[in-house]
Amino acid sequence: MPEQHKKDVPLDETAQRRQRWLGVFAKTPLAALEQHCAELVAEHQFHMLRTPERGLVMVRARAGGTGTQFNAGEMTVTRCSVRSPSGTTGHGYVAGRNQKHAELAAKLDAVLQELTPSQADALIDTLDDALSEAATRRQQKSATTRVDFYTMVRGDDA
Amino acid sequence: MYVAVKGGEKAIDNAHRLLAEERRGDKEVPELGTDQIKEQLGRAVDRVMTEGSLYDPKLAALAIKQAAGDLIEAIFLIRAFRTTLPRFGYSAPLNVENMRARRRISATFKDVPGGQVLGPTFDYTHRLLDFALEAEADERGDAPFPTQTSAEVIDLPGNMPRVLAQLSREGLIEAATPGTDEDTAEVGDITRAPRTFPADRDIRLQTLTRGDEGFLLALGYSTQRGYGRTHPFAGEIRVGEVTVEFVPEELGFPIEIGEITITECEMINQFSGSATEKPKFTRGYGLGFGHVERKAMSMALVDRSLRADELGEARTAPAQDEEFVLSHSDNVEATGFVEHLKLPHYVDFQSELELVRKMRAAVDAAQDNQTDNIEAAE
Repeated sequence: MPEQHKKDVPLDETAQRRQRWLGVFAKTPLAALEQHCAELVAEHQFHMLRTPERGLVMVRARAGGTGTQFNAGEMTVTRCSVRSPSGTTGHGYVAGRNQKHAELAAKLDAVLQELTPSQADALIDTLDDALSEAATRRQQKSATTRVDFYTMVRGDDA
Repeated sequence: MYVAVKGGEKAIDNAHRLLAEERRGDKEVPELGTDQIKEQLGRAVDRVMTEGSLYDPKLAALAIKQAAGDLIEAIFLIRAFRTTLPRFGYSAPLNVENMRARRRISATFKDVPGGQVLGPTFDYTHRLLDFALEAEADERGDAPFPTQTSAEVIDLPGNMPRVLAQLSREGLIEAATPGTDEDTAEVGDITRAPRTFPADRDIRLQTLTRGDEGFLLALGYSTQRGYGRTHPFAGEIRVGEVTVEFVPEELGFPIEIGEITITECEMINQFSGSATEKPKFTRGYGLGFGHVERKAMSMALVDRSLRADELGEARTAPAQDEEFVLSHSDNVEATGFVEHLKLPHYVDFQSELELVRKMRAAVDAAQDNQTDNIEAAE
């Protein structure tokens, strides 16, 4: 059994930063990721530790949102692991079956660990902002459908 | 019983070629792309993902195309595909409290924190065919979505409080909290171990999530019509996006691996109370991939009905019989067994034919004997 992260043990700073950017890489569409980040990895020769591999993650949910856990169904996930020329290991896990996406995420994970925190943060902030904007746009459209129903007085009560 | 047959390869090949041709239809009409199915037949894609038990809109679209729109066939294709992939592990339980809801309604409270948000819905449409959709979009001149003035822009809160939480605080509804030690106990998984009865709620919910929409709809309906009545109210229905967290072995800490769209339904049901418990409301839960509202509602009704034993209710109706419900809800299993009747049963049928002939001959012989005896007596 691999050592799993325990909720009450705080993550070190590097892990926290990786946690954030790995999530952003997974959620950013490949085209946008390439547009912003492809340059960062283009000049490096990476060693493939695990070529992009497609698999499944069983999604867990809870009854009533907060109760009994159950297995809701699986989702496709692609993962990849690389080593940068300077020896940093990078991992990518992305929903779906896009092998390029997983590979780019893994390479970026390795490269970003070698950047200064402020350099990495700047890049991640850009991608993260784009994600938030897209989510906001979607939600704003829904916000126009907010409704106030009036309760009619029933005939026999009047 | 089915006995294997040989031969027919050529005819089978030709039949499949013919199927491909029929699927393609009139070549004068442009071929349907899987991206068009994914974008324009979203509810079909969502049903295939939910009942195929695999979240991947592109794959579901491909399956629908390959199945020529036969959704159960598409679900079958998805189930078969999933067996070819390795399982990386289990996600952390979805944090639905952080759902970015695009639709959120409650039929129990008019004023809920975060508001009633209709989102994209068929509700309140007049169910009149819109012949304008027969025309191409440019001929039709689709109006763009109204742009809002800044005064109208109201952000939906990222995490809307759950409607039932309010009732829960007042103790008027049972709590939705994991049982003692439950979070450390193993969660049942019907894809790994065969189902046994009685089944726990984790197994029931997993089975219902992938269960056939039509079957669960009919069962849910039956409870409303009085076969195991549960007095349901749609406490909350939500459709929106949630992030999925997973702990890769090599990292040892949780990361977000993507975002999925889900539908949730929380039913509020009456419970009269018992010798030890004051009357309070109970819950039924439904969940599915994508926008699958009818399914989530039906599932929530059936989930609640299947809790009959737990809540000390008499099991009198089909929707309360877990062995009946869980054993017949899977449309891939069901279609496999029903449709296998099409396969050659020649040997089996021959033996039945022989048997029926013998039985008939025996009856005839007995009758002849009787007639002879009567004649002899006369």
